[in-house]
Amino acid sequence: MAELSQTNAPIYEALRKFRRMRVVPFDVPGHKRGRGNMELTEFLGEDCMNVDVNSMKPLDNLCHPVSVIKDAEELAAEAFGAANAFFMVGGTTSAVQSMIMYACKEGDKIIMPRNVHRSAINALIITGAVPVYVNPDVNKKLGIALGMSVAQVEQAILDNPDAKAIMVNNPTYYGICSDLRKITELAHAHGMLVLVDEAHGTHFYFGENFPVTAMAAGADCASVSMHKSGGSLTQSSFLLLGKNINADYMRQVINLTQTTSASYLLLSSLDISRKRLALSGREIFAQTVEMAEYARSEINEIGGYYAYSRELINGDSIYDFDVSKLSIYTLPIGLAGIEVYDLLRDEYDIQIEFGDIGNVLAYISVGDRKRDIERLISALAEIKRRFGKDGADMLTQEYISPVIAETPRKAFYADKLSLPLEETAGEVCSEFVMCYPPGIPILAPGELITEEIIEYIKYAKEKGCQMTGTEDINIERLNILDF
Amino acid sequence: MELWFTERHTPNVKFSIKVDHQLYSGNSEFQRIDVFDSKEFGRFLTLDGYMMLTEKDEFIYHEMITHVPMSVHPAPKNILVIGAGDGGVVRELTRYPSVESIDLVEIDELVVEVCKKYLPTTACRFDDPRVNVFYEDGVKFIRRCNDQYDVIIVDSTDPFGPGEGLFTKEFYGSCFKALRDDGIMVNQHESPFYDEDAAAMQRSHKRIVESFPISKVYQAHIPTYPSGHWLFGFASKKYHPTNDYNGTKWSMLGIKTRYYNPRLHTGAFALPCYVEELLRDVE
Repeated sequence: MAELSQTNAPIYEALRKFRRMRVVPFDVPGHKRGRGNMELTEFLGEDCMNVDVNSMKPLDNLCHPVSVIKDAEELAAEAFGAANAFFMVGGTTSAVQSMIMYACKEGDKIIMPRNVHRSAINALIITGAVPVYVNPDVNKKLGIALGMSVAQVEQAILDNPDAKAIMVNNPTYYGICSDLRKITELAHAHGMLVLVDEAHGTHFYFGENFPVTAMAAGADCASVSMHKSGGSLTQSSFLLLGKNINADYMRQVINLTQTTSASYLLLSSLDISRKRLALSGREIFAQTVEMAEYARSEINEIGGYYAYSRELINGDSIYDFDVSKLSIYTLPIGLAGIEVYDLLRDEYDIQIEFGDIGNVLAYISVGDRKRDIERLISALAEIKRRFGKDGADMLTQEYISPVIAETPRKAFYADKLSLPLEETAGEVCSEFVMCYPPGIPILAPGELITEEIIEYIKYAKEKGCQMTGTEDINIERLNILDF
Repeated sequence: MELWFTERHTPNVKFSIKVDHQLYSGNSEFQRIDVFDSKEFGRFLTLDGYMMLTEKDEFIYHEMITHVPMSVHPAPKNILVIGAGDGGVVRELTRYPSVESIDLVEIDELVVEVCKKYLPTTACRFDDPRVNVFYEDGVKFIRRCNDQYDVIIVDSTDPFGPGEGLFTKEFYGSCFKALRDDGIMVNQHESPFYDEDAAAMQRSHKRIVESFPISKVYQAHIPTYPSGHWLFGFASKKYHPTNDYNGTKWSMLGIKTRYYNPRLHTGAFALPCYVEELLRDVE
């Protein structure tokens, strides 16, 4: 086999070759290159249906890669500076779950910030691992959870020397980074693995002047959402491994829950996107940052809004900031983030990533055009002019430290009772309650419900947050543990 | 040899002009710019292959987009023109002695350069001392303007491509803010005839209705635009386009026109039933 370089995309190349061979399909998928489902083919396009094929010798098999997928994974590992890389087709959720399932079995402790994505807590339900939460530092003014402070991580390690791993959210949805190098050093000194949820940090690996990547910081595993800033198709993702992780065992862990019919649309999108970023990521992300910086300065000029950036850096819980993120604090104009989020869509046909109580996040990427950025800025100026009010009585979003009563697994599988929300104070919740996005739980299974949390849920509902996680779709009732 | 310029007005309808020769072709940061000469229409300008103006029928468009608001406003002094790099609107505006300033915001400097060189019919008044040209995105420019214009003329291209921001609610809202309390905004409002144009026209009308207390639509016949039936939007904070119109006063100015006149002004606001219905659907 010829020597491969980052200019190759082995899966993509194999698919092109395969298409030219015009192989007669007597295998699945049953749509047979789209001919069996013309409406779908018209909608998605013939080219797309043509490569929606099953694993076979010339195209390798994701569950047990020996040829083109293996090559593509090796190229990805090289591009990310990892010892190994896995193509993931179940979203970054599957990558997060795999790394937790690798590190922990039932009863093992894992140190993590409470503001993790639900996928991490889901993994605790699956494995039966026990979370040791480090409460993230909070910026009181912005009402957002920050990174983990090194001192708090150290305390958690000293209090739980038997913990198997530390999980770090880096960067957070808002672009905030912890001191990943220091945390990794500490964890390794105490024999713990470092797992990084790097869902929002793909670009760190390819752009210039970004915060340190998990792999460069020496972390053991990282889950990277290639489909976010990397440009691949939704649901495709990478799991990266450091040199001390047993890649063959990791593959077995991944195969516990991974589909055996991985989509070649997703796989080729990962392959092509990796190639693109490896070859021109530097320019791509320089453009992205330039647009984000421009938008930030224009938005800050409107007044009222606060589009924050590196000035927040405090050397610890905001060790670094991802300037490609456009996070905007909205409360001074008298509107909750979620209200601005809704107005942008309903009044101005602009869809942004999310709005929470105090902030909105607009996702900027190389796919954006300058003129669309101008529209976003103008729409924010118009929202302030038309809907802005005195911001004095706005509830600032408070990060509420949870009280853990049970492990997530025990709580999830325990006998339950459904009660109206108002009557649940003092009970232990058996399900998730969260605003989605960002998908960070307000309550997770096993946590004590307090008056403060009930108030928060009611306020978020009233402001129009999309609440998810509960069995009762209207979130009027909560499931609690029935002791 | 026959050389034809062809524009698709719909996927199933083509409009062609026999070209005598091509005068210019070039690409700017924003679009492809071409100038042709033809026997029937004289010189004409296209952007990304879409007809912008011909020497033969540009007077209709430029007179109608300019004189309608200028004759309704009792004392227009400070004017903002967005788009219009061909200079046609500026040419019409400079005919009003009462006008003190004309700010022209065009995103594409090359359009102005090319028009100055090849289309002197329209690009002939850029040197008037009242004219200030800004090469900037109109959406951005107007964001910073407050209570400072009497008339805003939005001479946009189509609601796709570089001009699409000029069909948005945030832009119309910014125009409202940039106008004085009795200000008027007039915009190129697409055509009601072919389905896709009609949908764009309705979207744009809806957004203007939501942004201005008075929002009316008027029409003109422009042979080289899709279907030839073209609309303009008249959005205003105070003055009604026909009730507050004084045709005699405008006639006294002695501005010589080839299309616009006071009788036509009133008549242009009388719309066909199907157009009224399209507008009503979104009001």
